[in-house]
Amino acid sequence: MIEFIARRLLLLVPVLLLVSVISFSIIYISPGDTAENAIMNPGGGVDRKAVEEFRAKTGLDEPVHIQYINWMGRVLRGDLGESYMTGVGVSEAIFRCFKVTLKLAVVSMLVSLVIALPLGIISAVKKGTVIDDVCRLFALAGVSMPNFWQAYLLIIVFALTLKVLPSSGYGDGGITYLFLPAVTLGTGYAAVTMRLMRSSMIEVLQQDYVRAARAKGVPEHMVIFRHALKNSLIPVVTVAGLNFGYLLNGSVIVETIFSWPGIGNLIVSSILSKDYPMIQGCVLFIAVIFVLVNFAVDISYAYLNPRIRYENKN
Amino acid sequence: MKTKINKKNPGFFLSAGILVFFILAAIFAGYIAPHDPEKANLELRLKEPCREFPLGTDHMGRCILSRIIFGARISLSVGLLVVSSALALGLAVGSLSGYYGGWADEAVMRIVDAFLAFPSLLLALGIAGLFGAGFTNLVIALIVVDWAGYARLARSSVISVKEQDYIKASKGLGVGDMHVIVHHVIPNIISPLIVMATIGMGYVILSAAGLSFLGFGVQPPTPEWGSMLNEGKTYIRSAPYIMVFPGIAIMLVVLAFNYLGDELRDLIDPRTRKDIE
Repeated sequence: MIEFIARRLLLLVPVLLLVSVISFSIIYISPGDTAENAIMNPGGGVDRKAVEEFRAKTGLDEPVHIQYINWMGRVLRGDLGESYMTGVGVSEAIFRCFKVTLKLAVVSMLVSLVIALPLGIISAVKKGTVIDDVCRLFALAGVSMPNFWQAYLLIIVFALTLKVLPSSGYGDGGITYLFLPAVTLGTGYAAVTMRLMRSSMIEVLQQDYVRAARAKGVPEHMVIFRHALKNSLIPVVTVAGLNFGYLLNGSVIVETIFSWPGIGNLIVSSILSKDYPMIQGCVLFIAVIFVLVNFAVDISYAYLNPRIRYENKN
Repeated sequence: MKTKINKKNPGFFLSAGILVFFILAAIFAGYIAPHDPEKANLELRLKEPCREFPLGTDHMGRCILSRIIFGARISLSVGLLVVSSALALGLAVGSLSGYYGGWADEAVMRIVDAFLAFPSLLLALGIAGLFGAGFTNLVIALIVVDWAGYARLARSSVISVKEQDYIKASKGLGVGDMHVIVHHVIPNIISPLIVMATIGMGYVILSAAGLSFLGFGVQPPTPEWGSMLNEGKTYIRSAPYIMVFPGIAIMLVVLAFNYLGDELRDLIDPRTRKDIE
């Protein structure tokens, strides 16, 4: 196991390096001159002198590879530069927004578990029946439904018709403001988790100890909740808890719709305003988080399923 | 083990039917759409569904049904362009890399890992956003984030078949590498890639609509489902029906691709038994 972890850690180094190169160079795909884009007037006019000053101040006059090395040197010291728009430190802005995103992500995760676990269990226990089909159709619909559409359906029902919840904003950060974004993000995630729960439960229900419990005459509900549930939950909770990429992807759209001041919202607004240091910082930060989370998922999979450890040796 | 599609499975026919319906709508949009999808008429703005406009009109007085019909063209062609290019690119890179192995394979796979290290929608958003909105840039952005998955799958499949006797036999007979790859390796690894591509169609269509919704994809007045929702959201209080129909269209198409992909996987790969999955 230690060897497996060490090998995986080693593989992370080139990947993280390439990730930093992609994050850094992504801003150069904008057509036109980077410095001009950054301080272009709303009307489209450009002040030559201001551009030159800006270029010298931000180091954009250096060759690209030197810029990258300088940037990387600062990144390794935890400094992602300053926003072109607000002058705020990029790292500070990212950490502030990430906390807000994390809050949304955790609550969404809870929402998804509340929906997914019961449905997954029912689906597994009633495997092959109409109930199972309905649950699986629900899961399929959950992955297929555009979250930006679902968000507005929820707004129409809860904010505009019933008028029980605010339609957007962070407010005091309380549950009333959290509820709609968390449900939007959580239902898509629930669909994924439900499939996991179902397959895990089915596998456990075929184990010998479950058969033994049944043979002993233990009532079916006891078999399911006392014996099978605990074991089938381990992989589901580990994987669901760690499968953060899905939530990060979704947060971009959901946060924009609900004006939730998280990192998804930050990145959309910085792309719109061509705030390059902020874009580079956000993309790098999210990718690094994503890489580390995937690493953790790999490790926990390998821990739960020793076969993976050996297969990976080849 | 399943060896053929279950004829009694209504889901299969339903999803195939949905796709055929939308594909026909896309091809014959010009004949079946009741109105010009881009023709604005402010006198007719925000009309609720009625006989003349079955799904109502939007804030510019354009027929929503016609826009959805023409929108099928955009969504399906984005899906097809992105998935076929990403599949071709991924297949080429992955099978060459897996077939030859060695340090080049290692290097290519680290590049693939790096691309897979980004949440896909986020990277696509960055590329499409900075490149500038529009159909072409949207397609490019989605190919950039999509190819790596196919490359990884193609590579691992190649590695599992390249030690098989029939490959060794061909090589022993002196058949060239390119011939072996094209005629013996690829036909044997293509099935899981087709499954991935089918599910990928749904995912790409969803992502494209999402990016257009955020304003980074296909721009108005071109009818696109995601940007229709984006335009409609301003009128959510006065005309909520604007938001309903484009969403249903997206969901039906994506659902159909997902379902077909699942079915195909069961059909092609007996290892993923339906009762476990």
